[in-house]
Amino acid sequence: MAMIEMKGVSKWYGSFQVLTDCTTNVDKGEVVVVCGPSGSGKSTLIKCVNALEPFQKGDVVVDGISVGDPKTDLPKLRARVGMVFQHFELFPHMSVSNNLALAQVKVLGRSKDEATARGMKYLERVGLTEHAHKYPGQLSGGQQQRVAIARALSMDPIAMLFDEPTSALDPEMINEVLDVMVGLAQEGMTMMVVTHEMGFARKVANRVIFMDKGEIVEDAKKDDFFGKPRSERAVQFLSKILHH
Amino acid sequence: MFTGFDFDVIQRSAGYLFREGMTFTVTLTVMAMTTGIVLGTLLAMMRLSSFRVLAMLAGGYVNLMRSIPLVLVIFWFYFLVPWMGGWLIGATEPIQVGAFMSSFITFTLFEAAYYCEIMRAGIQSIPRGQVWAGYALGLNYWQSMGHVVLPQAFRNMLPILLTQTIILFQDTSLVYVLSITDFLGAASKVAQRDGRLVEMYLFVAVVYFIISYFLSYLVKRLQARIAVPGKL
Repeated sequence: MAMIEMKGVSKWYGSFQVLTDCTTNVDKGEVVVVCGPSGSGKSTLIKCVNALEPFQKGDVVVDGISVGDPKTDLPKLRARVGMVFQHFELFPHMSVSNNLALAQVKVLGRSKDEATARGMKYLERVGLTEHAHKYPGQLSGGQQQRVAIARALSMDPIAMLFDEPTSALDPEMINEVLDVMVGLAQEGMTMMVVTHEMGFARKVANRVIFMDKGEIVEDAKKDDFFGKPRSERAVQFLSKILHH
Repeated sequence: MFTGFDFDVIQRSAGYLFREGMTFTVTLTVMAMTTGIVLGTLLAMMRLSSFRVLAMLAGGYVNLMRSIPLVLVIFWFYFLVPWMGGWLIGATEPIQVGAFMSSFITFTLFEAAYYCEIMRAGIQSIPRGQVWAGYALGLNYWQSMGHVVLPQAFRNMLPILLTQTIILFQDTSLVYVLSITDFLGAASKVAQRDGRLVEMYLFVAVVYFIISYFLSYLVKRLQARIAVPGKL
């Protein structure tokens, strides 16, 4: 069953087309990695899933609900889809524990105590319980990104979107974040991940989507993509990022 | 050098100056600041709104207020507010508006334009990703403004907001053109009555200087204290 369905999504910035007729599905429990050169529209595509980026043509359907339909209650839909950003985007003026509790209280209507307790549960999962009282600025990049993942998880999402979650991190911190993501994938979380970490893709992805110039050039099973990419552009891309 | 001057007049009138005058000045400043910042923040949100009409209305208002000398605005509102009030409640006669109320409304509306520009810069200084993060968690516009954007914008802009308030504190002295007894008004009344213009105006200048200087110093101290832990 498709958890996320993208049907002919196209988007323009003025006259410049950033997405052209993008169609794909992410099934429940599936992990799909989106890769491609910079400027290829990967981040824009993933932001269309929860309508952070509006699109002009086509539609995205998340768990049966149309994102493009103006009648859709977007905040309600977004609350069910977790998102992790390249630059973490923790709220710097709040402690870690309040970062985790805010939306649970304001959006899901949980009590402050319940929200804090749930937040602690997910903080434990990413191994950061002792940092609950700190402010984001006092944590390392890797720690901040793990908090951001915990923040998204504490909303009990039906799917998780990752927008280049490790590209702003120092190399030695990348693995601590990837480990958490691998764990999530193995537990059966539905995930759409924009990343250049091909090791991650090989390990847990079911499918790989390769984008270039706003188009989905290749949408293949992981082994097919790495084994015998069909398009010349994907071959070139892979040779560039795998050969060092 | 000061022979022929009578500084005793200050001592004799100090009670009146501070009890009547300074109370008015400080009350007016604090109240106009509070409502001015609230209104200014709303105006800033309108200016940044994607609804063209709202943005244009707020932009027009701000530009208008910033292009007219304050003294003129004070005059205009002093004569207009009673009529507008009457029109608002549907009365045929202008309503009675006290001197304080009239100047409070004037300064709120005038300063809101300046606070608006400060808050607009503050809101724009917050990275887009912060708003995205709020939205992605399911917060709506007002929640992400209220819990994510404005607290940070306000914190970033607090020193500038307070500096603007120090200007407001000095500007309130202009109400003396309406014969209102603010600090300057009170001093000027005593000065005229006792023929001690130089002494009184000197004294007023010194008091304004000390208070403004002290407030600026506090703003600097505050700036260091409110820095978010760990943030550059």
